[in-house]
Amino acid sequence: MSPEPAVLDVERVRADFPILSRRLAGDRPLVYLDSANTSQKPQPVLDSLDAHYRLHNANVGRAVHQLGDAATAAYEQSRAKVATFVGAPDASEVVFTKNASESLNLVANVLSWARGEHAVGPGDEVVISEMEHHSNIVPWQLLAERTGATLRWFGLTDDGRLDLSDVDSLITERTKVVSLAWVSNMLGTVNPVADIARRAHDVGALVVLDASQAVPQLPVDVAATGADFVAFTGHKMLGPTGIGVLWGRRALLEELPVFLGGGSMIETVRMEGSTWAAPPAKYEAGTPPIAEAVGLGAAVDYLTGLGMETVAAHEHAVTEYALEGLRTIAGVAILGPADAVDRGGAVSFVVDGVHPHDVSQVLDSDGVAVRAGHHCAKPAHHRFGVQSSTRASAYLYTTKSEIDALVDGIHRVRKYFKVA
Amino acid sequence: MDLDSLYQEIILDHYRSPHHAGLREPYEAESHQVNPTCGDEVTLRVHLDGGTVADVSYDALGCSISQASTSVLTDLVIGRPVADALVVHAEFLALMQGRGTVEPDEDVLEDGVAFAGVAKFPARIKCALLGWMAWKDAVAKATEGQEDR
Repeated sequence: MSPEPAVLDVERVRADFPILSRRLAGDRPLVYLDSANTSQKPQPVLDSLDAHYRLHNANVGRAVHQLGDAATAAYEQSRAKVATFVGAPDASEVVFTKNASESLNLVANVLSWARGEHAVGPGDEVVISEMEHHSNIVPWQLLAERTGATLRWFGLTDDGRLDLSDVDSLITERTKVVSLAWVSNMLGTVNPVADIARRAHDVGALVVLDASQAVPQLPVDVAATGADFVAFTGHKMLGPTGIGVLWGRRALLEELPVFLGGGSMIETVRMEGSTWAAPPAKYEAGTPPIAEAVGLGAAVDYLTGLGMETVAAHEHAVTEYALEGLRTIAGVAILGPADAVDRGGAVSFVVDGVHPHDVSQVLDSDGVAVRAGHHCAKPAHHRFGVQSSTRASAYLYTTKSEIDALVDGIHRVRKYFKVA
Repeated sequence: MDLDSLYQEIILDHYRSPHHAGLREPYEAESHQVNPTCGDEVTLRVHLDGGTVADVSYDALGCSISQASTSVLTDLVIGRPVADALVVHAEFLALMQGRGTVEPDEDVLEDGVAFAGVAKFPARIKCALLGWMAWKDAVAKATEGQEDR
């Protein structure tokens, strides 16, 4: 293990996020515990968007003028920053999309159209898990429907981890793709993705990781995971909405069919047919989210400045504190790993006798923002016999006193609904 | 945020002991409605008898607002002519969609007036309407069936 990471100066970090000092109804301070849903944005990210539109706005990759050059350089520089941030061997392996859902749909679609080695058809299998976000379930269901392949999945253990007991019967010679969440958005579980990738590669399957909750929280080295594709989104890692990332191995990006057709993704177009640009342009049809990519670059700079080891250590400490706090409340059951080992910052729970909507409504009246519902993970909720849950999710700006506010708020919820 | 304007005592009473809960026979039509954002669900059956709403039975999974609202609905429509019940439905819908500006008519809505505060919480309006949407759908199906006969 590397030396102890520096301790995050939370108060200094918080000063960089203008929204954290706003007041809510009743002049209450904001206690934002919904970062797994979307993160807040620091001043440098806001400034980068503003500066882009004020000073450098032009379309990218085509304009022969100074603004076009500046915008293109900024867009490509962001790609390089993202590549370095996640350990991509080459910046051309970083494809910008609009979000992680689009990244995952891109992979599932081009695989359903692939011929030859990566073709997926009847008799082939795709393996996912019961803890996936809907965006890593539905695209594979669609692929299975369209190709005749069979969708299979890892079940979950009672403490919210992947049930690996039947891994040998799940990942077999028939497996073409294994697509898994690196960190669960609902249970918080950090999955042993490198181990599973190794097993998948042993049988010749491709490995796709949904890293939407991993990249914001953990030091990430995509090459070291052994995965072939890694999808994540900008808005959960301090960046703007509307920008997602798909990292893919260069050889695969070259070999697989195109996704969307249009401008920028072509080499040449004739009425009789067209040829394709090299990756990443091959997968970036149309005008991309330019300002959003620039904003994501600024977010990556901000995270790099703090150090992801430091961010991860803070997240771990706050999560541990939240788990401890929630455990002290009668009638509260945590879904997912009960301790903070191999666990991300999302903590979902149910309050006996009070529906999650009502929990979050009462918390909101105290200024505490959490998520209530199925968190786009209905099968995982079903696995634990609940229809929905309340989820508190911390990030690098979350303080222990905010967790105290959550715990106090849940006591108030129980009193309000007379279940205490 | 004034929580008590949302969670009126009447609403909490209906939530704790919902009226006419459970699925019953006979019925002419059933409707299943889901709130896709939170996953709340209701399965609701309607039994019509000669132009009157003879019974409404339901199985619901959801928050206090959606459960209480369905309970209040059953009180308001059971035993009423379908046409009158549809008027109550329209009145409740108008109240919910009125952004807090509609003054509810207690003669028509009875306990339903307690939901006036919900209209000021945009995220909760869908909750309050879930059972009512199911009832309208089931009545439409049931009356369609009658016309076919």
